Amino acid sequence: MAKRKERKKVSLSKVLIYVFLGIASLLSLFPFYWMFVMATRPSAAYNSIPPTMTPGGMLVENFQKVLNQIEFFQAMWNSFLVCSIVTLVVLFISSLAGFAFAKFQFPGKNGLFIAILLTMIIPPQLGLIPQYFLVSKAGLLDSLAGVMVVFFLNPLGIFLMRQYVSESVPDELIEAAKLDGCSNFKIYRSIVVPIILPAFATLGIIVFTAVWGEFLWQFTVLRDPENYTIQVALASLSNTFNVDFGMILSGVFWATVPLLIIFLLFNRLFISSITEGSVK
Amino acid sequence: MVSMSGEERGVKKKRYRSEKKKDMISGYLYVAPFFIIFGVIGLYPAAFSIYLAFQKWNGLSPMSFVGLDNFRIVLEDPLFWKSVYNTIIMGLMGTAPQIIVGIVLAFLLNLTFLRFKNFFRITIFMPYITSMVAVALIFSVLFSNHESSLANYLLGVFGFDPVNWSTSEWGTKIAISIMVFWRWVGYNTIIYLAGIQSISNDLYEAATIDGANKFQQLLFITMPLLKPFIILTVFFSTVGALQLFSEPTIFLGAGAFTRDEALTVVMYLYRDAFKLQSFGTASATAIILLVIILFFATINTLITSGTGRKKKGVR
Repeated sequence: MAKRKERKKVSLSKVLIYVFLGIASLLSLFPFYWMFVMATRPSAAYNSIPPTMTPGGMLVENFQKVLNQIEFFQAMWNSFLVCSIVTLVVLFISSLAGFAFAKFQFPGKNGLFIAILLTMIIPPQLGLIPQYFLVSKAGLLDSLAGVMVVFFLNPLGIFLMRQYVSESVPDELIEAAKLDGCSNFKIYRSIVVPIILPAFATLGIIVFTAVWGEFLWQFTVLRDPENYTIQVALASLSNTFNVDFGMILSGVFWATVPLLIIFLLFNRLFISSITEGSVK
Repeated sequence: MVSMSGEERGVKKKRYRSEKKKDMISGYLYVAPFFIIFGVIGLYPAAFSIYLAFQKWNGLSPMSFVGLDNFRIVLEDPLFWKSVYNTIIMGLMGTAPQIIVGIVLAFLLNLTFLRFKNFFRITIFMPYITSMVAVALIFSVLFSNHESSLANYLLGVFGFDPVNWSTSEWGTKIAISIMVFWRWVGYNTIIYLAGIQSISNDLYEAATIDGANKFQQLLFITMPLLKPFIILTVFFSTVGALQLFSEPTIFLGAGAFTRDEALTVVMYLYRDAFKLQSFGTASATAIILLVIILFFATINTLITSGTGRKKKGVR
């Protein structure tokens, strides 16, 4: 009798746990679903009470309106270009420096490494105004290059790479390569890089998603709609007093879907990257 | 980086010394790109900001030294203090609940009997993948002033009056805090989950044998062992919350810099610099913000580490 009661109690708490997690998932997913609903409805649907909860047939029309308002594909391409180049540059700089910090002895090494860690606590707004004038002086204002330059600075990358190189590249391998007459750069290129490819994936995902979603700097540097990245272009959709909700959420929908598909395909890699980036 | 010839290999000592020298040069060479970029993009702007904070400058005409005037102007501006107040209130409402909900979610996601684990994990993490601009636009529609907006409709269902989400003192703050919570709670959950997974299952098994229920296990095993991870997220959340900019700016749309209900410190800084061309006071604001961030990050981190210690003492 007592045993039976116990089992009943356990299953009830199990049910409650599933209900709680179910609600959490639902609340996480709902805004995405609702964005899709709005993206397929005319703006007038917004005024209906109770609110519309099912998709309509305006998916294409609303997106057509977005295309009239902003250079959507140009902006997506601009963002892609900025993120790709920044990611490649950061991967190269970080892995090279991480390799040096992990495997070479040189005076001042520890001091320099601590300096890198300290740079991580300088908040980005402190540099915002001088960076703006720096970029402006270099003639890079309102250009994608101007957007990219500040993202090249990434102390977290060096930190992760040093960690990974010292854990996964054996000293004996480097010694052996030296005996074979390999230059240090050749060792980097043909021994270190292949071994640390997983770390490239981790850091690459962190950098790419961070730059993709960044807004303050891109918003400050870019003026001409031709040069807008997708975040700045999307923000400009709502920057009028006469707003068309269907159109706005259609823009958001089409800009978000590619990213979500990539995330769903590589979700394990994404989640482990983000955790590693912060926990290490 | 010259490769070695055969004769050199014989002379061990010489080889060793030249090898050492080569490694030294390589070392400096390989860390140089970072430090060059850091000098130009990080250190110089930070130093220039401090210099600029003592100058009066509109970006075009020559600067003039004004001593501490910029700091005085900012600190005597009621709008600045309003922005500090807004930032702290929204930071508190947006991030503090995340930590509690995040720990509970992570604890549940780690339960051994749980099915559909990956489904729950992915859906709860999904908002984090979405950009802040996208999130803010979605929420600006969910929480619009219209009586028919979803938020107001739900309030109506429960018998409440509609709220002006983008123009009222508390409406804006609540809507923006919910948005911040929604986007970040999954991120914190995943961090906590990584922490919980590093806790040995034996502890839970032993506790179960001793008759501890799940809630007691959460309180007395998970929470104390998770402390380093909690400290980490409290630190990140504090720093991030005090830098709030994109969410309110996008959420408020065209009225972002003309209204004060949800103006944050970074928005105040941005407005000074790029709307009013007052770069001196904007730089002073940046420095004051840095002090505020250091202050709260230290306090919050100390409180988080302190609470755990006290608990240990009691036991």
